[in-house]
Amino acid sequence: MQMPEPDQKTIAGKQQLAAALTQRLGTDGLITDAVALRAYETDGLTAYRQPPLFVALPRSTSEVATVLRFCAEHGLKVVPRGAGTSLSGGALPLADGVLLGLGKLNRILEIDIANRCAVVQPGVTNLAISHAAMAAGFYYAPDPSSQIACSIGGNVAENSGGVHCLKYGLTTNNLLGLEFVTIEGEVIRLGGKHLDPAGYDLMGVLTGSEGLLGVVTEVTVRLLRRPETAKALVAGFPSNEQAGAAVAAIIGAGIIPAGMEMMDRPAIHAAEDFVHAGYPLDAEALLIVELDGPTIECDHLLQKVEAICTANGATGLRVSRDEAERLKIWAGRKAAFPAVGRISPDYFCMDGTIPRRRLPEVLKRMAALSKQHGLRVANVFHAGDGNLHPLILYDANKPGELAAAEEFGADILKLCVEVGGVLTGEHGVGVEKRDLMPTMFSEIDLAQQQRLKCAFDPELLLNPGKVFPTLHRCAELGRMHVHGGSLPHPELPRF
Amino acid sequence: MDLLSPASLEEAAGIVRAAAAAKTPLEILGAGTKRGFGRPVAADRQVTTAAMSGILSYHPEELVLTARAGTHMREIVVALAERGQHLAFEPPDFTALYSADAAGSPRGDTLGGVLATNLAGPRRFAAGAARDHFLGFTGVNGRGEIFKAGGQVVKNVTGYDLPKLMAGSFGTLALMDQVTVKTLPRPDKTRTVLLYGLDGPAASAAMTKALGGAYDVTGAAYLPNLLAQRSKAEFVGGHGSVTALRVEGSGPSSAHHCAALRRDLGGENEELHSANSAVLWREIRDVAGFFDGENILWRVSVPPSHGPGIAAGFAIEVQGSDFYLDWGGGLIWLSLPLEHGANAGKVRGALARCGGHATLIRAPEEVRRKEPVFEVEGSPALMQRVKQAFDPDGVLDPGRMVEGI
Repeated sequence: MQMPEPDQKTIAGKQQLAAALTQRLGTDGLITDAVALRAYETDGLTAYRQPPLFVALPRSTSEVATVLRFCAEHGLKVVPRGAGTSLSGGALPLADGVLLGLGKLNRILEIDIANRCAVVQPGVTNLAISHAAMAAGFYYAPDPSSQIACSIGGNVAENSGGVHCLKYGLTTNNLLGLEFVTIEGEVIRLGGKHLDPAGYDLMGVLTGSEGLLGVVTEVTVRLLRRPETAKALVAGFPSNEQAGAAVAAIIGAGIIPAGMEMMDRPAIHAAEDFVHAGYPLDAEALLIVELDGPTIECDHLLQKVEAICTANGATGLRVSRDEAERLKIWAGRKAAFPAVGRISPDYFCMDGTIPRRRLPEVLKRMAALSKQHGLRVANVFHAGDGNLHPLILYDANKPGELAAAEEFGADILKLCVEVGGVLTGEHGVGVEKRDLMPTMFSEIDLAQQQRLKCAFDPELLLNPGKVFPTLHRCAELGRMHVHGGSLPHPELPRF
Repeated sequence: MDLLSPASLEEAAGIVRAAAAAKTPLEILGAGTKRGFGRPVAADRQVTTAAMSGILSYHPEELVLTARAGTHMREIVVALAERGQHLAFEPPDFTALYSADAAGSPRGDTLGGVLATNLAGPRRFAAGAARDHFLGFTGVNGRGEIFKAGGQVVKNVTGYDLPKLMAGSFGTLALMDQVTVKTLPRPDKTRTVLLYGLDGPAASAAMTKALGGAYDVTGAAYLPNLLAQRSKAEFVGGHGSVTALRVEGSGPSSAHHCAALRRDLGGENEELHSANSAVLWREIRDVAGFFDGENILWRVSVPPSHGPGIAAGFAIEVQGSDFYLDWGGGLIWLSLPLEHGANAGKVRGALARCGGHATLIRAPEEVRRKEPVFEVEGSPALMQRVKQAFDPDGVLDPGRMVEGI
């Protein structure tokens, strides 16, 4: 993985830069010790490692602004980091860049039940928001599988999803307000406890921008009433086609389950061997369907789902009778990643989305690719929205296997795009899928996205080397146009 | 005025390129039914997406539809209904709202227009706005370059979420051709609980309780007595003010929720079933039926618990004003008599303490030229730079949202 060439002058000037920042943040606001920096050298994509120049740990919005202003003045690159759980290398440090850790901004500022929202700092974990709202009977809906550790600031940066996002939406659909700091240190507030602010939807475009546009320092999220009940159904299918047909028929019948997960044969076996969830080992595909809401609705819809599954050849169908059984049905799916980790020294978790009707074809071609690259693959699949998570099994200690796994992964994602899907459904582009962006977007598409980047960060200091395969200088992208020899609105700041 | 109607994106790109070279602004239109929404655009030429029309693909089981921007909403609604689906953000039809000054076609508004203005109906707080259902598009930017963003699947985080930026940009960033939206199943049944005769604070308390409880409410509105009498839905007029709470879903669950709401909220109440509910919520969604066609209209978005108090303040301060509340109190539709002017200072000043913003939805052209129609937050300089990132020569709908942008 190639990153932008480090600036040797910056690296040589590390001591002076650190001293100047320490003056502003205090000694506990900065980490410069080589051993301590190792803790920050990677994120959830552990295949890539790079210690940062140093780590800044601001305690407030104004300290974030101080750090960013300092970086802008000195032309220093900045990599923002929440909890470091990114699966696409979004928080991978740069040798000549400051790693900006938001972990100290970890307070829940307000739970406002009358307006059904929470105001929190970016370092608060996803799950902590739900815990804080639990006593009042509310929760925060998006639930990425890392929710016990991942931060809400990171969720905003990555537009995180989760198994329930088919019904409840991604992070972007659950935000009401943001405060963020620009690279120049300007603090900008967007939205609040009200809906649909006027002007361009900057909140919408900051969400999922992977730390390239600004640093989020406060988040207002909407809270939902906890559903009265949740029930899960699990069923095996003799083929991927039949499981896929069942999923299409459920949605076609007007049912949007809270979660709808599919696993292929290798994933079923890995999970069952690990947690003994009672999955049928003779099935080619497994479907878990969860319905939530009032009991009367769950029961009504479950009957329909059961009939649809049976009509599509389901075997070993089981419905949870209580919470313990529901959790047991989920246990295998939730443990799918560690289960695969048990049978292989290393694995890559891929993340493409496909039109679901192409699933059987995609799985067949993936099996052929698996043979071609000589690596095993297991599939878990957010079936409702077509988001596929192939897990590629490899051993980093065997020469060439990491490279083979990377190539296999790239082939899978190209396949996703080829059938009308996209490179990433919820994990982000980061460094992992950066070089594949041209398979989905033309030069003009990418230039347009980068011009937007230039509107926020004209010197390209925020998280460079992520998302875009080529770093075009903003002047080169022709951001500034001159009207009759003078710029429009001369009162506005220019770079 | 020249009206250009390109049939292809390539043709549209040629028009924009020529305009950029000559630095002559273009006004971008769908059917033109919402020309009265936003600031007037000073352009010699209009470009309409009228000839860029038709549904290109629709996969109900995948919850996605791709259509050309100029496709009429009526066509979309019918195609989705045939498969038991709809656009869950309940896009309002503002055709009647602007009928006085619209050059609109009789076939009504377009999908592109709904997305470009980021509309949302009463289901907004539960289901999101147009922005939340807009998945991808192809378009032409102000340089005349054809580009795309987003995708044709419901879950996608590849690259910046430019569909969000297009939603609510009123044609100032790009002219869109193919747009992909998320579709969802239509609920089988709808019921509406009507609570009669509540004053503002009591209505606010009832709506807060309903939205905070386990009732899955998807609409919560408050009509003061005078406005309730203007409704054509049965059982709405003639009982004083009306607080309306909507529940939707399968037959058993909507009946269950409806009964629970009536039991828990008490007082004098009534329930509407699907047909009558549809009439009432369409009126609340489309606004025009409640107000005199000449008056000035504001759409005020506030934290829901503040809505009733703020609205009551307007009623006292501005003589002859009328209002109703939607979104559980978070949306105030405020009508002011034309002769008193827009009162922008008063309206926006009232929001200083609670937060929120006010949009001048309908006013005579000279008023919209003078008063900021939108209350742009954050940084105007940043908005300007975003505009330039797409349209450096300022040829796409200049000044439609903010003077000079």
